Amino acid sequence: MQVLIGTAKGLMVYEILPDKTPKELAIHFLGFSVNMIFVDERSHRWWVGIAHRHWGQKVHYTDDQGACWKEAKRPSYQGFKMINGAPAKLKEIWSMQHGGADSQRLWLGTEPGGLFSSTNGGTTFELNEPLWDHASREKEGKWFGAGSDFPFIHSIEINPHNSSHLYVAISCAGIFESLDNGASWQPRNKGLLATYLPNPNAEVGQDPHQLLIHPDSPNVLWQQNHCGIYFTKNGGKLWTEVFLTKGISSYGFSLAIDENNPARSWVIPVESDQRRVAPDLKLEVFETSNFGQSWKSVSKGLPTTHTFDIVLRKSFKRKENLMIFGTTNGNLFYTLAETPYWQLISSHLTKVNAVCIV
Amino acid sequence: MVKVRFTSALKQFFPDLRTQQLEGVSIKELITSIESIYPGMQDYLLEEDGSLRKHVNIFVRDEMMVDRHRLSDTLTDGDDVLIFQALSGG
Repeated sequence: MQVLIGTAKGLMVYEILPDKTPKELAIHFLGFSVNMIFVDERSHRWWVGIAHRHWGQKVHYTDDQGACWKEAKRPSYQGFKMINGAPAKLKEIWSMQHGGADSQRLWLGTEPGGLFSSTNGGTTFELNEPLWDHASREKEGKWFGAGSDFPFIHSIEINPHNSSHLYVAISCAGIFESLDNGASWQPRNKGLLATYLPNPNAEVGQDPHQLLIHPDSPNVLWQQNHCGIYFTKNGGKLWTEVFLTKGISSYGFSLAIDENNPARSWVIPVESDQRRVAPDLKLEVFETSNFGQSWKSVSKGLPTTHTFDIVLRKSFKRKENLMIFGTTNGNLFYTLAETPYWQLISSHLTKVNAVCIV
Repeated sequence: MVKVRFTSALKQFFPDLRTQQLEGVSIKELITSIESIYPGMQDYLLEEDGSLRKHVNIFVRDEMMVDRHRLSDTLTDGDDVLIFQALSGG
């Protein structure tokens, strides 16, 4: 099993060997910030989004596991305007997703809030106008940036049983669902609380940090939100908030789910919005197996001294028994045990932006 | 003709990059000429609205270009143009 680690200064590739030890295989894009990684399970193509400090946002792909990279034509906002009338410009590439096993489509999520799709394997991308022109975006203040100048689409989740059915998560706007392959969109934020808004129950203006759909039970979705941890069992019609162990912050960015058990998930909390460090400077992973009715710390092997690290929204992944996360301080941990025992792969990376298990 | 030199930082994306003698009466025309030789470079230099990227600089005759939005700075025969990235920390 290989893992791809997108850092602020390059893409690392590791292999988890049969004896369960990690081995560094390669470094690509040395010196460049790799903000997005996506592996298309249909074609096995690797995609990365690079945020150059000088040269803008770029999309690259490889069909041979990094032996040869090609630059794709990046999505363009040319001809589209922001709400204030200013020309829209691509600020960052945040997410990518395939359009289902029976589809050629690729989806791509960006800042300033545009969802793009490609039906020719990524040769060209077109802006999804129904979402860009959504009624909720007509007024300033419904969609807005969070830690960024503009709203961004960081999660794109496809119903594995129906490729026309998808969700996007936007910081800040909330969760939007389409049942017709992106031709129309409905906000799905009932039950969420945006405690930073004058009306915390606002239909639009919520701040999901990460959204995951359960592969076997697609009516179940989990989200780590700015204001807590939520799940839904009815496809987003109503979200239910769950709380970590008393005294532990429910704030955070990253989330992982068990592909075999929709009631089971893991989170890595952050102390608070104002203080973005591990809670009490203690890096911990929490697990629930009952839709958040109870949680337990599964943190054996993690540092026991004060730790400032937090884990960003794309930097915690699970596949089969492998769980792996990278931190903002460049620490990379993994576990292959059913009861996690975390082992350090490296403590010498730079900020980890994204992790992908191949 | 004007002489166009590039920052070496661009060579990692355009391995064949080398100093060029090109036609162009404005920066905008010059970049169009550059794009025809190095397809894709315009996207490295310009924003989607055609303005110069914030952290890209172009010098003409040792002076930084003025019109970063419409790229209308004029060029004359024999000019020396340098394209490079802004210096940054971190």
